[in-house]
Amino acid sequence: MKSDSNLEKVLAAGHFAVTGELGPPRGANLQAIKDKAAHLKGMVDAVNVTDNQTAVVRMASWAVSLVLREMGMEPNYQMVCRDRNRLAMQSDILGAAALGINTMLCLSGDHPSFGDHPQAANVHDIDSIQQIQMVTTMRDEGRFLGGAEIDTPPRMFVGAAANPFGDPFELRVLRLGKKVAAGADFIQTQCIYNMERFAEYMRQAVDMGLTEKTKLLAGVTPLKSAGMARYMAKKVPGMDVPDEVVKRIADQPKEKQAEEGIKLLCEQIEQLREMPGVAGIHLMAIEWEHRVPEIVERAGLLPRPQV
Amino acid sequence: MITAERKPMEEIFRSLEPFGKILLVGCNECVTVCHAGGRKEVAMLASALRMGRLKQGAPLTVDEMTLERQCDPEYAEELALVVDQYDAVCSMACGCGVQTVAERYQGLPVLPMVNTAFMGSSEKNGVWAERCAGCGNCVLGMTGGICPIARCSKRIFNGPCGGSSKGKCEISPDVDCAWQLIWDRLKQLGQTELYSQIMAPKDWRSARDGGPRRIVREDMAI
Ligand code: SF4
Ligand code: SF4
Repeated sequence: MKSDSNLEKVLAAGHFAVTGELGPPRGANLQAIKDKAAHLKGMVDAVNVTDNQTAVVRMASWAVSLVLREMGMEPNYQMVCRDRNRLAMQSDILGAAALGINTMLCLSGDHPSFGDHPQAANVHDIDSIQQIQMVTTMRDEGRFLGGAEIDTPPRMFVGAAANPFGDPFELRVLRLGKKVAAGADFIQTQCIYNMERFAEYMRQAVDMGLTEKTKLLAGVTPLKSAGMARYMAKKVPGMDVPDEVVKRIADQPKEKQAEEGIKLLCEQIEQLREMPGVAGIHLMAIEWEHRVPEIVERAGLLPRPQV
Repeated sequence: MITAERKPMEEIFRSLEPFGKILLVGCNECVTVCHAGGRKEVAMLASALRMGRLKQGAPLTVDEMTLERQCDPEYAEELALVVDQYDAVCSMACGCGVQTVAERYQGLPVLPMVNTAFMGSSEKNGVWAERCAGCGNCVLGMTGGICPIARCSKRIFNGPCGGSSKGKCEISPDVDCAWQLIWDRLKQLGQTELYSQIMAPKDWRSARDGGPRRIVREDMAI
């Protein structure tokens, strides 16, 4: 094992993995984290803790990860390239590893223009692929990016994100290949609504042998309402929500749209379980954490394996 | 070239309040090409200042002059005979020109009249776009001649990020995704194999992060 990550163990044992997601609070509210996290406990194998998601300031992802750790959960510590240079990244990784964070996710990060501090400097000292390489080199070779030796390397299980629906489509699998070559142990994808296009992406990834070198978790997000479906379809860059998906939710009366969203999600999970190369799902139910137990139960993903 | 835009008039008027007689100095190079601070723009700003100050009841004497290249000490020297008559020099050159004049005439206030923007080229009449960030170690040979530092909003070396959509960058439908352009050009050149190589972290010392930069050419010293 490369780390003590629960996610690594679950995947290594051949189980279909389930990861969840938790967005840190916009303040120093510890109780808010604990309340949200309680819904996810025992329901998922690891919980992604977002890092200033959509470029909006929130509590530090390492701090929230530690709270989850103390609650006996496995945090997946997200780190974006937007806010930190290579010094800050490496020191945060050492601190996280020393305090029991075993799993992390390397990301570019949304541009500051989306967030609450559009005036901010946009760091991007290294990019997410270089970041993966940096962490795996720290772990496997015990060296900093600058070359110096590390006393007690961080034992991180290292993940990366992939968007099968960004453009150009032909580069999507090639870029996934670069992330795998950089050393990504696992991949979590952007939310999938266009199953056909995703199946094509997976076919290419399997053909290139990528799913033998990394574990790919397919991203899913329940559609809570027709409004949300339309917003995701129109406003979120690099998101592909087919018209028939929007229509299926919108055709329901308002009070039944959330239920239809969960039904659709369970069907998707069913399909994803059957898809060659898919090693698990990443369930992003932001601000819907309290519905996660019901979702994983109905999708037949309980109980979670004890490894 | 270096691109610039004239500062807002309110800001210019405010900065000139203490003065009664100024020399407005343009430059014949980049700022002439991007219509920000050449002879023509000097004349236009000069008359706007004269009229504006007249209306305010505080007339301003504005003399005009345009140097061949304001960032060159040799040309900045041309001001020596006249500058003593003025309360301030107002430069319409880029930041390099402003500083060259300020360095030469230490006792005189030298004020910028334009905001220097970026190194770029003209896309069409009236449109200039950023092309180079002066990183000091050019990678254009690896990226199909399109700069990932100046033209990708996240200066990603192994792009594109997940936000690239229909050829556009996630920040705006008006901004091309640099990595879409790079990929298209690599295909055209038959160099797609370049894409699969992971580009290593950049050594930013050659850029601004290594401290202020200088180029010293021993062979040219006299
Ligand atoms: S790689 Fe560097 S030198 Fe070359 S165009 Fe880009 S910023 Fe300029
Ligand atoms: S969309 Fe393209 S240009 Fe914009 S940040 Fe991503 S890779 Fe760079």
